[in-house]
Amino acid sequence: MSTDNGTKKGDILVEMKDIRINGFSDERWHEIIKGVDLTLRRGEVMGLIGESGAGKSTLGKAAMGYTQPGCKLVGGTILFDGIDLAHASDGQKRELWGSRIAYVAQSAAASFNPAHRLIDQTVEATVSHHVRPAREARADAVELFRSLQLPMPDTIGSRYPHQVSGGQLQRIMTAMAMSPRPDLIIFDEPTTALDVTTQVEVLAAMRSIVEEFNTAAIYITHDLAVVAQMADFIKVLRYGEEVEEAETRKMLSKPEQAYTRSLWAVRSIEKPEQPSDDIALEIADVDAAYGGRVKVLHDVSIRLPRGRTVAVVGESGSGKSTTARVITGLLPPIKGEVRFNGQPLPRALKDRNRDQLRRIQMIYQMADTAMNPRQTVGDIIGRPVQFYLGKRGREVEKRVIELLQLIELDESFIDRLPGELSGGQKQRICIARALAAEPEIIICDEVTSALDQIVQEGILKLLLRLQKELGLTYLFITHDIATVRAISDEIVVMFQGKVVEQGPKSEILAPPHPDYTELLLSSVPEMDPDWLTQLLKSRRAEQAAG
Amino acid sequence: MHPVLATVLQRLALGVATLIMVSIIIFSSISLLPGDFGQAVLGQAATEDTVAAFRRELGLDKPAPVRYVEWFTSALQGDFGTSFSGRAASGVDRSRPVVDLIGPRLKNTLFLAVYAALISVPLALFLGITAALYRNSIYDRMVNAATLTTISTPEFFVAYILILLLASLNPIFPSLANVTIDTPFLERVYRTSLPALTLTLVIVAHMMRMTRAAIINLLASPYIEMARLKGASPREVIIKHALPNAWAPIATVIAFNLAYLVVGVVVVEAVFVYPGVGQLMVDAVTTRDIPVVQACALIFAATYIILNLIADIVGIVTNPRLLHPR
Repeated sequence: MSTDNGTKKGDILVEMKDIRINGFSDERWHEIIKGVDLTLRRGEVMGLIGESGAGKSTLGKAAMGYTQPGCKLVGGTILFDGIDLAHASDGQKRELWGSRIAYVAQSAAASFNPAHRLIDQTVEATVSHHVRPAREARADAVELFRSLQLPMPDTIGSRYPHQVSGGQLQRIMTAMAMSPRPDLIIFDEPTTALDVTTQVEVLAAMRSIVEEFNTAAIYITHDLAVVAQMADFIKVLRYGEEVEEAETRKMLSKPEQAYTRSLWAVRSIEKPEQPSDDIALEIADVDAAYGGRVKVLHDVSIRLPRGRTVAVVGESGSGKSTTARVITGLLPPIKGEVRFNGQPLPRALKDRNRDQLRRIQMIYQMADTAMNPRQTVGDIIGRPVQFYLGKRGREVEKRVIELLQLIELDESFIDRLPGELSGGQKQRICIARALAAEPEIIICDEVTSALDQIVQEGILKLLLRLQKELGLTYLFITHDIATVRAISDEIVVMFQGKVVEQGPKSEILAPPHPDYTELLLSSVPEMDPDWLTQLLKSRRAEQAAG
Repeated sequence: MHPVLATVLQRLALGVATLIMVSIIIFSSISLLPGDFGQAVLGQAATEDTVAAFRRELGLDKPAPVRYVEWFTSALQGDFGTSFSGRAASGVDRSRPVVDLIGPRLKNTLFLAVYAALISVPLALFLGITAALYRNSIYDRMVNAATLTTISTPEFFVAYILILLLASLNPIFPSLANVTIDTPFLERVYRTSLPALTLTLVIVAHMMRMTRAAIINLLASPYIEMARLKGASPREVIIKHALPNAWAPIATVIAFNLAYLVVGVVVVEAVFVYPGVGQLMVDAVTTRDIPVVQACALIFAATYIILNLIADIVGIVTNPRLLHPR
């Protein structure tokens, strides 16, 4: 719908002044956005970055004149190409949405309607806004699919959302946003739910199509390295206020605010690697299957040296969590064995005795769902103290307080419920619960993935300190290479249920790599605005050569 | 074989298995009823020999499993045996096959059920969708309040109110729904209007509220927000984006209520003196006419099973994940 973007680059497209948005939660209104200004010109891409709760998504949607249910705009002006969106009627806004302003959501899998075919959803807004007749819009959508490098662009649209992968859905959503040729696209964390290897392709596709049509965009993310590849300039938000705004290269090379620097805090943890041959736990030649049919692990062998951290990396579906389930006995393997201190462990959980159970503990990704919301922190941590160590009454309470101190929380937490804790505190309680059993091995399944960078850093430092003090052995499952670099001694790379390689950190991270490891490592975005360009260039060169 | 077909066949097999289970339960629970039919019919004065002979004649002397197999296999062929009533001690046999007794009654019941369903299902869907569209508005509240009132009122009372309003004060419809086998179609529709209306008022609330809830439940989904951000109007959001994903729960509730129209209408039949199956079953129970009771119970069970099967199938074919597997 936009006319001849190229010549008009530089005109102001969106101008927001002193935006204030309130949100309703816990029975009262809170300020979510506290007076933020935002200016975007035609053809520019702005990165909006901050931790969860910083208000970046709320601000991004406000640029379209949209406030979620439960939020309201209480002050400020929003001008989109001269149109006052703060006071526009719903009808006026609906005319703009899906024709001149488009939105790309975080979870493509949840944001496509499961009941309709992809092509129909792709062209829906274009057709209903009379931007283009249906036949033309469909033909154009196929061309968009092609330029987004989707497989089988001519027929992929006739599928339903559940029939294509997450990365493909995210690209189709980009095509959907691009279909009416909008002036502005809001990308709301579009790659957060994707594996790194998939993320690269999606980022490249989004960037090239935004450049091709010279569309202005607001790119919302919490990952600075990702936004560095996409944005011309970056605005950092915290607690609903602007921290700073600068041109991308300048922001990366010398951020002015300490807060901005802390956003890549995890990347600053450095743990020296210590090799060890004292094996605490070993799984040997394990095959495992769900429901006795679909085999998900093939000949997996992993060794955990005592007092060390072994990081298991791989994309979703590679068998990382299944490996953890085999070790804990939740999923008895169909072949192979688990040896603990040289002795084979019974395969199934129910055959293990209490002492065997005590020595291997687990911490989960979602601290929220891993705790009973009706139990107090004291009950949650006290339970394993009673169950495994047989303590009673005052002794339990004393131990719980010791454990709380160990995880750097004070004893006032003992009577709180999980709902009263922050995400980082919840994860600390889960760590304390694992420690309460006085285990030798702790399996950490994506324990920091749901947390913000700064909180992640705190949790990782805590885990490292506990390891040093208590001599714990960690099996650390993650898909985040930065975390792996920060904390591991050894690395296991998994792909499609097989172990690609295992070895000391320095060895695995240094070339030469097996093909898959190479792909995985090279796909991790770096804090360099030219990283994606360089990567694509070198991959293309390799393809040409290979 | 298409997986949906496989699932449907599997559900069908489960339905048949359920029907067999239910038939066993019906048969054995009636055998467990206290008292004896022979004794009851022949009276206290009858000698033991007479009673035994009577029982032999009816086949009641055979062991229960044998009687069950005989009964169920012939029931599957449409033969529910002969009614006990009419076999009075007088010696003249005026008894009739159960099928002849139930047949016309069942037709009446089904006629009324279809009539009530044709009014209530579209009405409930319309009210449910519009209530979801204008949720929390005055309209929504009024629809909710009105339907809750009708569902909270005993059905015989609804029936008498309707008779008062539409038959006594304003003589639009007849207050008695007396139809015979020869009543012409339009006349039949006219005469059964009040019972159909009563049943509509009784069942519409449940279906309407489920429709509304199923749709509103989906409105928080990310794909609904996406549809809004694509500029879809509230009406498009509900009809095009929410409703197609809401059919499964709605179909379940509709099936449940349609089954009620067949098996639960005895009170309404009594009020309007309508010759339906419910009335027949109650009569059969009081006269210990076991073949009729068994046949009615089996028909009612089959109604529930078939309607729920249909609801299941609707749930499957409206779910693209099942209809179009990866």
